[in-house]
Amino acid sequence: MHCVTLESKYGIPTASVHTDSFVDAVTQTVWALGMPNVRFVYVPQPTMGKSPVELRAYVDGLDPVTGIPVMREVIDALTRPLSEDDQKQVSFDRSTPRFVEPDTEANLQQLFMDNHWTDYLPIVLPTEERVEAMLRATSHRPAEIVGRLRPTSTREAWEFTVEKVAVNAVMAGAKPEFFPVILALASTGASARGSTTSSAAAMVVVNGPVRREIQMNCGTGAMGPYNHANATIGRAYGLFSQNLQGGSVPGHTYLGSQGNNYAYTNICFAENEERSPWEPFHVQKGFQADESVVSAFTGCRSTAFTLGVREKYWREHLRNLLRGLDPHNAPTFILDPITANLFVVRGGFDSKEKLIDWVYENATMPAGEYWDYQLIVNYVLPKALQGVEPYATHLKARPDALIKMYRRDEIQVVVVGGETNGYWRIMGCGYRKSASVDKWK
Amino acid sequence: MSAKIRVYNPMGYPPKVTPVRMAPRLDTLEGKTVYLVDCRFDDGDLLMQQMAAWFAQHMPSVRTVLRSKAGTHPEDDPALWQEIQAKGDAAVVAVGH
Repeated sequence: MHCVTLESKYGIPTASVHTDSFVDAVTQTVWALGMPNVRFVYVPQPTMGKSPVELRAYVDGLDPVTGIPVMREVIDALTRPLSEDDQKQVSFDRSTPRFVEPDTEANLQQLFMDNHWTDYLPIVLPTEERVEAMLRATSHRPAEIVGRLRPTSTREAWEFTVEKVAVNAVMAGAKPEFFPVILALASTGASARGSTTSSAAAMVVVNGPVRREIQMNCGTGAMGPYNHANATIGRAYGLFSQNLQGGSVPGHTYLGSQGNNYAYTNICFAENEERSPWEPFHVQKGFQADESVVSAFTGCRSTAFTLGVREKYWREHLRNLLRGLDPHNAPTFILDPITANLFVVRGGFDSKEKLIDWVYENATMPAGEYWDYQLIVNYVLPKALQGVEPYATHLKARPDALIKMYRRDEIQVVVVGGETNGYWRIMGCGYRKSASVDKWK
Repeated sequence: MSAKIRVYNPMGYPPKVTPVRMAPRLDTLEGKTVYLVDCRFDDGDLLMQQMAAWFAQHMPSVRTVLRSKAGTHPEDDPALWQEIQAKGDAAVVAVGH
């Protein structure tokens, strides 16, 4: 929150203006940052797409939260003397109890829902016996710190231990033998419950021997819902993210406007290394082929799909699929082995890198269209204006000039599927990090 | 009646909250310089333009400076904050979360 920085570090009286959809979120954020009395002013949601006349009406109008004229509040925020309460300096520790007050199973299920600790599907209650069984699946101590998580970069990060991850793994219905994968996933620090208004979910790809050891599915139906490990590792990812980062509550710590069904199990699957014509994903990321590795992707919102790789027009079909995705969301190709092999035959792509090269060169868009996408305005234009390449160069292009939609290093390829047909998808999502599973055994 | 059972709390550990000070307020905005900072989120710059127009119309002695912060909306912009500290008296930041 920039207002807290301006006030506390630079001594600048500040009025912080937000839209009324964010009341709870900003109130909670400044409280955690130690400045609970920040002077907020609200205007109606949205500001996006409004005409100058409409926005002037916001400025001339009333704060939809308080009913006070917006500009009177702005002036008041900057000139009203600080009260005793504004100047109060109270620091305090917040603790999380290890256990919940004992109760019946039915009441505890309700309590977990009431506290927003679940995804609103029934959970397995984390009893001492179940959590201990989970903890026996790792050599790491229950009190060991695994990492920190937060719903977005502007929020405080919460810390968590091996035991806390185990509690959430039990809740998701995971077997103890899945636990090292879940711990490795937690160690990436990539939250599956971002607070983003864009309703992003996560994706999980598992590579190496552990796929077979815990009987993950990389064949028919791998992306859901027909496998215990795939389903519960992905669900655990969602549950531990929301609970270990301090919540994922709509309006407070989750602002996804539409929500996202992918978030229930976070598209968790194993790569079909045996049927892929190419190098496994984890080897691309620098791991040995015989290592077990889990990889986290975030920002999963859009999916494009088609069947086969047609001899005559596959290039056009592929370009059309890419144009259907928002250019801010880099593509991750999810290819059935049939499709992967067709790309080898049709495109001559005898490595994932060659397919990635083709996509990088051919995923283009007129500069004028590209720079007008709202997400590009929000997240790429600021980088271009700071001189970050290749965006700065792209910004100089004529509006009708074709510019590349993606950086090469953000395009990914994973092979999965049971070869019942050559369907394939492009997920609009971003690779975040891979972690060794073996390290967490 | 069902037996009572004991289960673990699934929440992580929050950091300590450390209070930070608010800045002293101005006696008046008359004759002062107010920076109107667009945080680069969903057309906030256009809203700030209208706020500048309001000041020009209703409080013409207030000098407004319209600026878009560098980087994406969550990113810090120390250079701009230092400029405001050196050349401004107050700030309005909008919009974001």
